[in-house]
Amino acid sequence: MFDSPSIIVGLDIGTAKVCAVVGEVNEAGGLSIIGLGQAKSRGVRKGEIINATLAGEDIRHAIVEAEQMADVEIQSVYLGVTGAHLHGFNNRGFHPVVSSDREITEEDVQDVLKNAKAINLPAENRVVHVIRQHFLVDGQDGISNPVGMFGARVEVDVHVVHGNFNRLQNPIRAVKSMQLEVDDIVFSGLASSLALLTNEQKELGALVIDIGSGTTEYVVYADGIIKHTGVLAVGGDHVSNDLAYGLKVPLGRAEQLKIEQGAALIEESVKGKTITLTGDLGLPEKTINLEHLRRIMSLRLEEIFQLIAQELDQAGLLNYLREGVFLCGGGARINGMQTLAQQVFGLPASLSKTNSISGLKSALDQPEFATGIGLVKFGSFEHKKRSEGRSSLFQVKTSLSQLFRRD
Amino acid sequence: MPPATEVSTLAATKRLTVKVFGVGGAGGTMLEQMAKSDLGELSFSAIHTNARVLAGSAIPEKFLLGDKQLRGLGTGGDPEMGRMAAEEEIAGLTALCRETDLVFIAAGLGGGTGTGVSPVLARVAKESGALVLAIVTLPFEFEGPRRQRQAQAGLQQLKAAADGVICLPNRKVAKLLAESTSLIETFKVTNDLLAQGVRGIWQMLTRPGLMKVDFADLASVLRGRHTESSFAMAEARGEGRAAELMEKLLGSPLLDDGQALSDADAILVSIVGGPDLTMGDVNRVMQQINTRAQTSHLVMGAAIDEAYHDRLAVTVVASRRGQPEEPMGPEPAAGEKEEAAFEAAGPEIDTQFFQAPPVPRPPSRFVAPPPSLAPEKARQLFAQQGHAKGRARKSVQRWRQGQLPLEIVSKGRFEKSEPTIHHGEDLDVPTYIRRGVVLN
Repeated sequence: MFDSPSIIVGLDIGTAKVCAVVGEVNEAGGLSIIGLGQAKSRGVRKGEIINATLAGEDIRHAIVEAEQMADVEIQSVYLGVTGAHLHGFNNRGFHPVVSSDREITEEDVQDVLKNAKAINLPAENRVVHVIRQHFLVDGQDGISNPVGMFGARVEVDVHVVHGNFNRLQNPIRAVKSMQLEVDDIVFSGLASSLALLTNEQKELGALVIDIGSGTTEYVVYADGIIKHTGVLAVGGDHVSNDLAYGLKVPLGRAEQLKIEQGAALIEESVKGKTITLTGDLGLPEKTINLEHLRRIMSLRLEEIFQLIAQELDQAGLLNYLREGVFLCGGGARINGMQTLAQQVFGLPASLSKTNSISGLKSALDQPEFATGIGLVKFGSFEHKKRSEGRSSLFQVKTSLSQLFRRD
Repeated sequence: MPPATEVSTLAATKRLTVKVFGVGGAGGTMLEQMAKSDLGELSFSAIHTNARVLAGSAIPEKFLLGDKQLRGLGTGGDPEMGRMAAEEEIAGLTALCRETDLVFIAAGLGGGTGTGVSPVLARVAKESGALVLAIVTLPFEFEGPRRQRQAQAGLQQLKAAADGVICLPNRKVAKLLAESTSLIETFKVTNDLLAQGVRGIWQMLTRPGLMKVDFADLASVLRGRHTESSFAMAEARGEGRAAELMEKLLGSPLLDDGQALSDADAILVSIVGGPDLTMGDVNRVMQQINTRAQTSHLVMGAAIDEAYHDRLAVTVVASRRGQPEEPMGPEPAAGEKEEAAFEAAGPEIDTQFFQAPPVPRPPSRFVAPPPSLAPEKARQLFAQQGHAKGRARKSVQRWRQGQLPLEIVSKGRFEKSEPTIHHGEDLDVPTYIRRGVVLN
């Protein structure tokens, strides 16, 4: 499929920017990033394409830039998908072990995974990911690999991410119209979490929040497995829109104010302060109250965190997050976001570094690129599986990805 | 069923007299259903223009309208005929409403009698001093555009005449039911729901309460508001009933998946439980409602009924103020004190704003508001300024100020995209507006 089989490309079509990341897997299996291309996104709203022509152009720009930087020809990409239509939930499948000696075989594991995938979804929805959590043998919990164990009944917990088929097809179609292949589609939040978290952090329990322009994705890991995923179609665009509305300034100016003056908290020092906006000629045009600006922003950002906290609270997961909250995406750049997250979740929060990857480190260590890098990382896992031979999970994955490769 | 003892305790103080009118064919059917159920001790009265239908009704008190003009043959689906017939018989209707505190009018809008007579009856009942609550259905879409139009017109008239209108569009009911449900069953469910509404309100008023909702509370929520109300009931039992209850309630299509709560100006909540009702249950339910409806005037009651052992039921009446062009009711009720205060402050801000020292204004059309003014108010003032340039902007304007609904919030760049609805809240609307945070 690849010209050089070791090149892996992640493409993240975001609401603010389209970003293509090129990674290379060396012989030792290590992954390094060798190129990056990005373009301002014009055809995407709330994480989904609303203007395919513009989105196509932007994708082309990003890909061309990445090709130049990495000096490779890109033929296929791992595509990040997001949008309010994506949902995650946990499901359990079970399978009776029928062999006479009650030993659990590879086939039993295949069958139980198949059963777990048989989910009652709305007709127009398709599964994006089926992620194994752990197995149960005769009710005994927390088994990571039951092959070779004895038991009468094997069960598996999986986390399923699914979304609307047509809306998933839109970005795939946009990429294919650029004469590029799609290796697989990956939920953006999942990709970000792969880029940010180390294995220990996943083990201890962590929440990754990717605050993009159009959407906010979140993923919860505990005990090394994915417990919960979700998308909130609220992001940085909403902050700008709120400011434009509340301060009565044009959207472009609101965007600029958000970046220059914005913060997630209302400090004592800004109370009563005003900013004078100047027009094209440098003449004062309008005075706005800095405290109002901060309040509008702070309420919106706080709400995003609160909605996530509520959902995790309902799922009973807040107590498992021993490593705390990891923020990424453009929204994580806003001053005071960590403090705000700490306040809302009552957990340590940090602006996350895309560690666990080598390459153009300083250029890449930006919260916006987490998804792109994560996509490459996801691709490298697939690559490893492919080179290791057809493992069981791989077969599950291919069948899934084939589902989306079809036109 | 409220036991006899409660009624007698009521009688000991002052007996609340409640009368339920069923107007027209659908109204009559609803009435029969209510009479059959546990609402037996209310007084019922069936009103119709068709003598044959009326004769077939099981309600003892019957009143035939338009005996002369229509000869007891009905209106033929013309609300105008119904209205005329009712106007002819004003005296008779007044006699029916005499000495009642609370009048329910049950009717199906869309036809001739229900649509035409109900507004007249509501007016008459209100004039004789009762609080009037109309509980009506709107026709299904398949009943045709004419009936829809008639129903809408009737609803407007009814809203103007009655203190409160609880309106149940049949298409919402259709959502509750499976496709295969028979037509008879569908109508029965509608009638049941309305009967439940009447029962819920009646029980709210008569049950001995831990936290009592009385007639005055109901009046304060409804009176003078010319409201459009939604109501919903939910019931749950066993462990985790509070959570289950709220899920049912917020999922109810009658509340537009909880949206009605967020939009409401006033909410009446009545919780009924057995003797095992805990503070925790009440708290959980109220907390959920409170987060949905942070800016509204909330009246709550909790009551105990022996029959509700291990069960929890809640009745919610959420009312939204009517159209902005309608003038305010003559007597501002308890819930509108804030409104009145705002009104009083209105002119002051007005003059302050419009007679501000003539600062040299920038050439742009947009004039920056002084920072001390809340954007909400500023927006309203601007709206007026744009509207009433040079024209008489005195009293009319002041009315407008109090009445401008906050709902017309432009969603800016998300105007045309799919709204992000989360638990009934539209997240595209700025958070500070939804939470009612005033910037000043």
